[in-house]
Amino acid sequence: MTAPARSYQVSHLDALEAESIFVMREVVAEMERPVLLFSGGKDSIVMLRLAQKAFAPANIPFPVMHVDTGHNFPEVLEYRDQRVAELGLHLIVASVPEALANGTVRESADGMRNRIQTPVLLEAVEKHRFDSLFGGARRDEEKARAKERVFSFRDEFGQWDPKNQRPELWSLYNGRHHPGESIRVFPLSNWTELDVWHYIARERIPLPSIYYAHEREVIERDGMLYAVNEFFRPRAGEERFKARVRYRTVGDASCTAAVRSDADTVEKVIEEVAATRITERGATRGDDRVSEAAMEDRKREGYF
Amino acid sequence: MSVDTAAPAAESTLPEGRPMDLLRFATAGSVDDGKSTLIGRLLYDTKSLFTDQLAAVEAVSAARGDEYTNLALLTDGLRAEREQGITIDVAYRYFATPRRKFIIADTPGHIQYTRNMVTGASTADLALILVDARKGLVEQSRRHAFLCSLLRVPHLVLCVNKMDLVDYAQEVFERIADEFTSFAAKLDVPDLTVVPISALRGDNIVSRSENMPWYEGPSLLHHLERVHIASDRNLVDVRFPVQYVIRPQSTTVTDYRGYAGQVASGVLKPGDEVMVLPSGFTSRISSVETADGPVDEAFPPMSVTVRLADEIDISRGDMICRPNNAPAVSQDIEAMVCWMDETRPLQVGGRYAVKHTTRSARAIVRALHYRLDINTLHRDDAAGELKLNEIGRVRLRTTVPLLADEYRRNRTTGGFVIIDEATNRTVGAGMIVEAG
Repeated sequence: MTAPARSYQVSHLDALEAESIFVMREVVAEMERPVLLFSGGKDSIVMLRLAQKAFAPANIPFPVMHVDTGHNFPEVLEYRDQRVAELGLHLIVASVPEALANGTVRESADGMRNRIQTPVLLEAVEKHRFDSLFGGARRDEEKARAKERVFSFRDEFGQWDPKNQRPELWSLYNGRHHPGESIRVFPLSNWTELDVWHYIARERIPLPSIYYAHEREVIERDGMLYAVNEFFRPRAGEERFKARVRYRTVGDASCTAAVRSDADTVEKVIEEVAATRITERGATRGDDRVSEAAMEDRKREGYF
Repeated sequence: MSVDTAAPAAESTLPEGRPMDLLRFATAGSVDDGKSTLIGRLLYDTKSLFTDQLAAVEAVSAARGDEYTNLALLTDGLRAEREQGITIDVAYRYFATPRRKFIIADTPGHIQYTRNMVTGASTADLALILVDARKGLVEQSRRHAFLCSLLRVPHLVLCVNKMDLVDYAQEVFERIADEFTSFAAKLDVPDLTVVPISALRGDNIVSRSENMPWYEGPSLLHHLERVHIASDRNLVDVRFPVQYVIRPQSTTVTDYRGYAGQVASGVLKPGDEVMVLPSGFTSRISSVETADGPVDEAFPPMSVTVRLADEIDISRGDMICRPNNAPAVSQDIEAMVCWMDETRPLQVGGRYAVKHTTRSARAIVRALHYRLDINTLHRDDAAGELKLNEIGRVRLRTTVPLLADEYRRNRTTGGFVIIDEATNRTVGAGMIVEAG
């Protein structure tokens, strides 16, 4: 047999898709109880599309879980419920407001719920005995994430130990763990923000409307634009004004900022993302501004 | 409320109609070689470095009293790395040009991080080795070249850096290039390119430098964008490790049975005669499917679902190949092993778990033939164990047969990892030399 004459090339998006599908199948084949973390954000939406592709024509063989901080954008919740219904998925909601009500966690002084969602997530993992959790995190997002494995081992407290990570060679992923321990799995590790948008365009994946330019009442704080809503109140001296904005990331509504934008179609968003000189977390996340190692510290505690 | 995307924006396509592809490369070296400066420069010059990242690095550099903006802080993301000023682990970085998307596995260079470099090189299409033009080849450069050849990285680029500090002298470059080329010849390096650069000043990084008119080769980025990687893949030996069996439990899709996996090598087409290992049963491919519909052929790195004409018992860990071109089916494996565990050494008689393609087995170390000194390539036949970062030739006996190829012929079906069953940690990486 001789080598075929044609070049047999695949595009970078096809290569990324093939790798992500391989990772998802590997988890379902080797782990007992996987779950996919679904926030209604673009990365988890892409991950869900990849899960559809990985197991077609069978249904997605695991439930999805939303860690609900109670500070939601209504457009995103609506999208979540619509998607879950369309795909016939089983949705588990791990609720921060419920945990606050029954005293499992307490509100932090600054009112941000990013940190207190971690114990709520870990409790849900324990309750449902999940041993593997798909997350949509990408290595290009943040420097601590740039060092994390695709299969990221977590001890019985859900903690990440960055100095004690398993070597990950070729496409051989090690998901072995003892009871109570778990693996966080990041199928989009090698995707960039721009790859995600190119894929959304190619696959014609619908998104919550807040990802596209719209008019919104905002205030400016620390150089970022925050929407005024029931979870986010202006401080004295902060002036409300209307601006044309869109969200680059979707997280807790009390600490996720919008960016000025006229990009109201996926093509315009791709142009905008390709031209931007600021990272998506740098532009939109109040919670990453705490310290140089804010993300690493949260991950050590069990955050995604 | 959700918004449907309008007309699909074309995935970026090059003028000649070729899609933008993906190149993974590994870099090895320490701050002294200018590796971080080089990566910073590649990111900066391709507009992949963001102003907030740069501002954060500048602020930390200033606060620490660094005399210049320390670009190493861009990749040294962990608290411990920043505190100690060293690179501990592999960091992945991304940039793209209109021709290619690049994934950099940035690995530390010192000998105590050999395992990290081996990890980064395992998936690399190309490896970039830096030397300081003033110092020439050092022990570390030879070691990195050896590890790249051991891991069968198809393309090697030697960057002779800091050319500005030797007055851009051609003879300095030629001397280092010649010395490295003759060393690489002994290592069986398939493709070697040597580029004189100054990462700090940007010479020969994006475009050809006017400071070195005597250099007629491409700039580094030009080479990275154009190096031909499509034929690095093995398109001859059909190897399809079965990853997962898809059997929908549904009322609409009945009697469906498909074998899902990623093509390791070769080209699979409907109608092809195939053999399934380890059973040896033969059948014919009835279709090759993806979620987007059937395809005429599948090749690496595609993830597909293969369906066969006959109902035979196939499960995860089996391998679909061709009746006249099959891997070895063997419980006796000769391999080069890089040991990665700091707590316990590999010893003859040691029992471990092994993961090879989609197959898992247990293994016992029957023999350690020698330990290799990775600086001198001297073989120590008297070695009784392999400690962290040591590399040696071992013989394993596995509980079930592996469906194995030589690593030099097939990186996917020739590589395996060794796992400690007590701690579940990955403790070794193996490259098959011979099976059976």
